[in-house]
Formats: sequence, C-alpha cells, structure tokens
Amino acid sequence: MSIFQKLGQFTLDAFARTGRGTQFLSQVLLGLPSVLMRPTLLIRQLFMVGVQTLLIILVAGLFVGMVLALQAYIVLVDFGAEESISLMVSLSILRELGPVFTGLLFAGRAGSALTAEIGLMKSTEQLSGMEMMAVNPMKYVIGPRFLAGVISVPLLTLIFMAIAILGGYFVATELLGLYEGVFWSQMQAKVDFYEDLVNGIIKSLVFGFVVVWISVFEGYDCVPTSEGLGQATTRSVVHGSLAVLGLDFVLTAIMFNV
Amino acid sequence: MLVKIRGMSFSRGHRPIFDNVDMDIHRGKVTAIMGPSGTGKTTLLKLIGGQLKPDAGTIYVDGHDVHRLSVKELYKLRRRLMGMLFQSGALLTDLNVFDNVAFPLREHTKLPESVIRHLVLLKLQAVGLRGARDLMPGELSGGMARRVALARAIALDPQMIMYDEPFTGQDPISMGVLVKLIHDMNDALGLTSIVVSHDVHETASISDYIYVISAGKVVEHGSPDKLKLSGSAWVKQFMNGLADGPVPFHYQAEPLLNDLMGFKS
Repeated sequence: MSIFQKLGQFTLDAFARTGRGTQFLSQVLLGLPSVLMRPTLLIRQLFMVGVQTLLIILVAGLFVGMVLALQAYIVLVDFGAEESISLMVSLSILRELGPVFTGLLFAGRAGSALTAEIGLMKSTEQLSGMEMMAVNPMKYVIGPRFLAGVISVPLLTLIFMAIAILGGYFVATELLGLYEGVFWSQMQAKVDFYEDLVNGIIKSLVFGFVVVWISVFEGYDCVPTSEGLGQATTRSVVHGSLAVLGLDFVLTAIMFNV
Repeated sequence: MLVKIRGMSFSRGHRPIFDNVDMDIHRGKVTAIMGPSGTGKTTLLKLIGGQLKPDAGTIYVDGHDVHRLSVKELYKLRRRLMGMLFQSGALLTDLNVFDNVAFPLREHTKLPESVIRHLVLLKLQAVGLRGARDLMPGELSGGMARRVALARAIALDPQMIMYDEPFTGQDPISMGVLVKLIHDMNDALGLTSIVVSHDVHETASISDYIYVISAGKVVEHGSPDKLKLSGSAWVKQFMNGLADGPVPFHYQAEPLLNDLMGFKS
C-alpha cells in the first residue's frame, strides 16, 4: 500500500471507530435506568472498579503532595515566601494534578482491567451467550461497569486531593518546619471553593466519563483473539491517558478564561 | 416447521459465506448441519438466533421473520423458544455452576429462590452434574462445561436448542455422553435440535435429517442413510473422511518441481 492509501485507511478506520463508539455509548446510556434498578450489580462493580483502585490513588496522592511541597519550598524560600507552600500545593492539586493524576491512574489500573475483562468475556462467547439467553449484555455487563467508573473517578479524585494536601502539610510542617497555622490559613484565604475545587471536580467527572467510555468500548469492540485483546488493552490505556491530557488543556482554557 | 430459511445470503467483508440458501428445520427432530471448517456453520446459528443479519433472504422462526422483529420482540422470542449451546460453553466465569444454571431463571422469572433451587438441581441432575454444583467454570473439564451449559440452555424449557460444535475436542467418553444427552433431551423434552458439527459419525448417529453445506451452498440434504448413499464424490469424501478426492490434499500451489528449482511458470 502506498502512504496515501495507508493514510486513507487510517482515517476511515478512525471515523468508523468513532461512529461505533458513539452508537455504543448511546446504547449504554439507554440501558442505565435498568442498571439503577439492579443495585447489587452496580455495588459489586463499584467495589471492583473503585475500591480496588483506592490503594494506588492513596499512595500516589501522598507522594505527589509531598514532592510538590518540597519543590515549592525550594523555589519559594529564595523569595522568603515559604509560607505560601500550602497555596502552591493546594492550587496545583485541586486545579490540575488531582483530576489529571486520578484520570491517568484510573486508566492504567481500572480501565485496562475493564477492557481486558470485557474483551475476554467477548472472546469466550459469554456476551453472545447472554444475548442468546435474552439477557442484554449492555444492561448486565457494560452498564454497571460504566456507571461504577463514572461514579468512582470523582470520588477517587477527592480522595487523591485530600491525601495529597495532607502529604504536603506533613512535609511543610514536620520536615521544613513551617508553622501549621500558616499552612492552613493561607489555604483558607486564597483557595476558592467554586473556582478551584468545583472546577477540579467537573474536570474529574469529564475525565471519568471519557476514560470509562474508552475502556468499556475497547473491550466490547476488540477483535476476539489474544492478539486483538492485547491491542485493545493497550489502546484503552493509551487513548484514555491521551484523552485526559488533551481534555485537561481544553477544560483549563475554558474554566480559567485564558 | 420451526425454522424456515429462504434465499438467504450473507457475506463477511467481500467473502461470501452463504449464497441463496434454503433450509427447513422440522419440529421435534434433530437436524444436523455439517460441512468443512470455515463454511460458516456457527454463523448460520447466529443468523437464526438474530445475532447477525443476512444480506438477503428471510429466516422465519416459529412464523416470525427474525430480522424484522424489534429488539424487544427478538429477546422475547429467544426467551420463549431458543437455547444455544456455544462451543466453549460460554459459562459466566464469575459464577459457579449452580448460579450459572440459575442465571436465566433469575433474570427472566420472579420465582422464589426455593423453586429456583429445585429447578436448577433437576436440570443439573438431567446432565449428571448435580454433584458439581459448587464448582467454578474454571474447574470443569471441557465436556463438563458443555453439560453445564446444556443444563443452562434447557433451564427455561425452550422449544429449540442450537448446538455449536458440541463434540469438538472431546475425549471418546465425554463425546459419548454428549451424543446420548442430545439425543435423550430431544426425545424426552420434545425439543427441536439443530446440531452444527463436522464429526460425521457421531452427528449422523443421532440426527433425523442432515444438511451438508460447503462454499456457501447446500450441497446435499436428506436422511443420514440417504446421504451415505449419495452419488456426489464430494459428499462421499466428506462423509467418509477421505484425505483426497474432490477436495485436494494439497492447498493450491505451483507444481513442486517448479517451486524447488525456482522456475517461474
């Protein structure tokens, strides 16, 4: 194939995939009311998708907060502004790092697992089997996982934010000797609830929606062979992560009117 | 007649799978669909089950044109009429044997748990696996998995069961068990069975009617005895498992000498 043919093929494939993905999403969304009628399935997936991602979120959040406090100190101490450590830590966590990090970690930890699980169910004919038993896999398999992911990501983000700020607090007060009243009062004075926290949560909602959509779709759409499943899992993580980073730029530009 | 296929064509990409196929599946009989690997036998079952849509022609199941039904009606038809046994068994891997068989009952009926328990144990008894109710699908052998899947397929008492390659990869004993089960189920429950297979002898021994398909066409159909006497060389080769015949042993290639000596023809 010439390079132009390849380019054309690539473009056509990309559009076809987008179309299938959108169609898939609309079916999932239509099935959501009946997912809510069956809370046991949803709760099980909330555990699998959300609770099991908690550990990596906690550890990553703690270290991100601690490192951030160290770096902030190094820069700010030259200007005698080390009291503002808490401001730098909390603003970067709430506005950017919390949602973005959680989105990326979620894509790597839970998103890949969702893709692999659904893909394997497809290649072992479990999804077809359900259809033939007149059980709609959109409602039984995909819907609960999708909803669990969309609910989990904002909650995980909040937890990430909290633990990261605590990590920063620990480093600033215990390690760098900052007075703890200064740490909290700076934050209280300068961090805005709507401007910073709510915007961060909105970001995490968007990231969660997109990452989970990509991972369940890649699993559902995978070529049912071991090679196809491997490719789908890779795509799920790569596309999910890129989507988070790209959308973060767009959302930041809109939210902070730059 | 439970299933009536008329003028059905289907293709995957540019590769035609079926070309103007007519078929009838009679109620209460075991109908076998045989043919070489890759002739789309599984595809045929998916077409009958409404999971795939033909490019042309119609498929009637119990008088309904399967591909004109709405999703809701199609699901209702499947629930009422069809059971399907997949080659892999397609058991849900996160549920144990009992819950797998109970799955369709719990999804589609509001029966109390005590009744479901009785039904499940009876279905498992019928396939001889009542004692395996607590095992997970990963702990079952291939033959056992298919028997559990069969118990699940009959859980809702369908009128028709479609078997996708039920004998492939089975040892002689489990093969014998499956052959007996398919035959007995059909008689005892008054089912209609469609068996897709290329295990000629096992399938022929239990079927009332056989369709042989190849290259998208029905090459021959009739009772097992009629097929054994078929005049077609191809059917003869297939039914008797001969290595060479109309289907050559060698995949299409240049003459060996040319290849070895590097000649260009």
